[in-house]
Amino acid sequence: MKISVLSGKGGTGKTFLSVNLAQVASNSVYIDCDVEEPNGNLFLKAKDSKIENVDVPVPVFDQEKCTGCKECVDFCEFNALAYVGGKIKIFKELCHSCGGCTLLCPEKAIKEVNRNIGKVEVGTSGNIKVKTGELNIGEATGVPIIEKLLEDMDYSKNNIVDCPPGSSCQVMESIKGSDYALLVIEPTKFGVHNINLVYELVKIFDIPYGAVINKDMGDSKIAEEFCLKNNIKLLDKIPYDEEIGKLNSNGHIVARESKRFEGIFKEIFDKIKVEAISKKVLDKIEEEVKQ
Amino acid sequence: MKQLVILSGKGGTGKTTLAVSLIKLSKNKMFADCDVDAPNVKLIFEDTEILEEKPYFGLKKAFKYDDICIDCGKCEELCRFNAIKDGVVNINYCEGCGVCERFCPVTDDQGRKAIRMEDDSSGTTRVEKLNNEFFSNANLKIGNGASGKLVTEVRKNMYSFKTNEELAIIDGSPGIGCPVIASLTGIGYCILVAEPSISGIHDMIRILETSRNFNTKCFIVINKYDNNFEKTKEIEDIAKEKNVEIIGKIPFDKSVVKITNEGKPVVDNPDTKAAKEIIDIWNKLKNRLDLKNQ
Repeated sequence: MKISVLSGKGGTGKTFLSVNLAQVASNSVYIDCDVEEPNGNLFLKAKDSKIENVDVPVPVFDQEKCTGCKECVDFCEFNALAYVGGKIKIFKELCHSCGGCTLLCPEKAIKEVNRNIGKVEVGTSGNIKVKTGELNIGEATGVPIIEKLLEDMDYSKNNIVDCPPGSSCQVMESIKGSDYALLVIEPTKFGVHNINLVYELVKIFDIPYGAVINKDMGDSKIAEEFCLKNNIKLLDKIPYDEEIGKLNSNGHIVARESKRFEGIFKEIFDKIKVEAISKKVLDKIEEEVKQ
Repeated sequence: MKQLVILSGKGGTGKTTLAVSLIKLSKNKMFADCDVDAPNVKLIFEDTEILEEKPYFGLKKAFKYDDICIDCGKCEELCRFNAIKDGVVNINYCEGCGVCERFCPVTDDQGRKAIRMEDDSSGTTRVEKLNNEFFSNANLKIGNGASGKLVTEVRKNMYSFKTNEELAIIDGSPGIGCPVIASLTGIGYCILVAEPSISGIHDMIRILETSRNFNTKCFIVINKYDNNFEKTKEIEDIAKEKNVEIIGKIPFDKSVVKITNEGKPVVDNPDTKAAKEIIDIWNKLKNRLDLKNQ
């Protein structure tokens, strides 16, 4: 099963929910797809980690063969190539590795070499398998790292995917093929406005969804009304609690430290499982009826 | 004109909360919301006059014409973004490189390929007027990813109405990737809003390193500093070591959520703990940025 945790707005508690769900689920894999600012491992502190580099192909030019026809420069939509002083210059950070220039060069003067943009780290924390992606500083896009993190997913396990904030390409890459999307709502004007964006996104991707309100200070009407209006199932409300905030800010996993919170997260996880499975059963019945 | 961008690395540390208050306190300026993935500045400044609203076209996207297509599978084979599967284009995955069109082997009698790159609106940009000040912002259409380019567009739009303002204030996005790089390029000053937590510190270091690639002078604001005094001390030590000034420490204040939910900047209630500190930060900024017309 793949459960994606997302929120649109940053700092609503995606990582908080993700590491704690991974803690209470059996057979779990925690996957940190927020590769620009990966934080899950600050809590999980995985051991025996193996590091794998993530490389992307970029073109290199054989200047002897290049006749300066500039076909590649004209073709590149990302402005990664320029013809300066009789030579092709490449701006590697702008290259999307589409391979177009290499394919079209009439002189076969271009070949591709690998360039490192980040890494994937795989280790264990207690019974949890931990996968973390990290983008090098100065790089523009972490999408290839997210692809690498998710490429060999074992769906027989409980995969918890901690998504990046926002709603653009990296989030889309992270949620592909999810069985369930958990929307983490901060009960503020900003939080509700931004959850609407990812709510629209999971609908486009046809992923079953439900919500959790985090940092509930007793006045979460704004978030509850949003869920009600859009028919989003509200799985739970996690209270704002100074002690929890302190534990979390010091890098502790709350469900490991507090029986009460272990219970809260177990309940949320069980609800997610029921929701995701019942959607699958319904889909199957619908398909059989059609046939 | 001096340009100031507000960033944080980690999300939810209080970028927008601080930005809208600085916007409210300052005069003789223009401002922009460059967090195009999750724009919230508009929620505070609703009562504006829209001067310009345009569809935003990022890169073109692939559209396939099945009446011409011979199902040769070439486009599917060459697309590196898995945007074509079983002969169907998934526009959400298309990055607009144009390889499919270029190598499509068939054309109709008018010379048009079976798969073509065409304009596809990926959002809307807006320039609004609030009192006598210009406010540039945008909305990215759901399922579109070209947000770095859109950030550049939002900044360009803001300057297109430039008269001779002294200051530009830009609310940025979380992370360190393309939207952040696009909002840092060519900017003189940056405030990093940090949160005293293990995640907040980790992410602050990464955004600080990122900003080093640019000639941007950084200041740090610690938000909710009294939630964790040990972590606040850690931030202070890091700032000292990296030679970055901590220009303010905002206390945790329950009234911040309340006033923000009313759609107002924190400084509209100037007597609260948080507002007092933000006013103090603004006074220091005027000095550090050498602003004369405030």
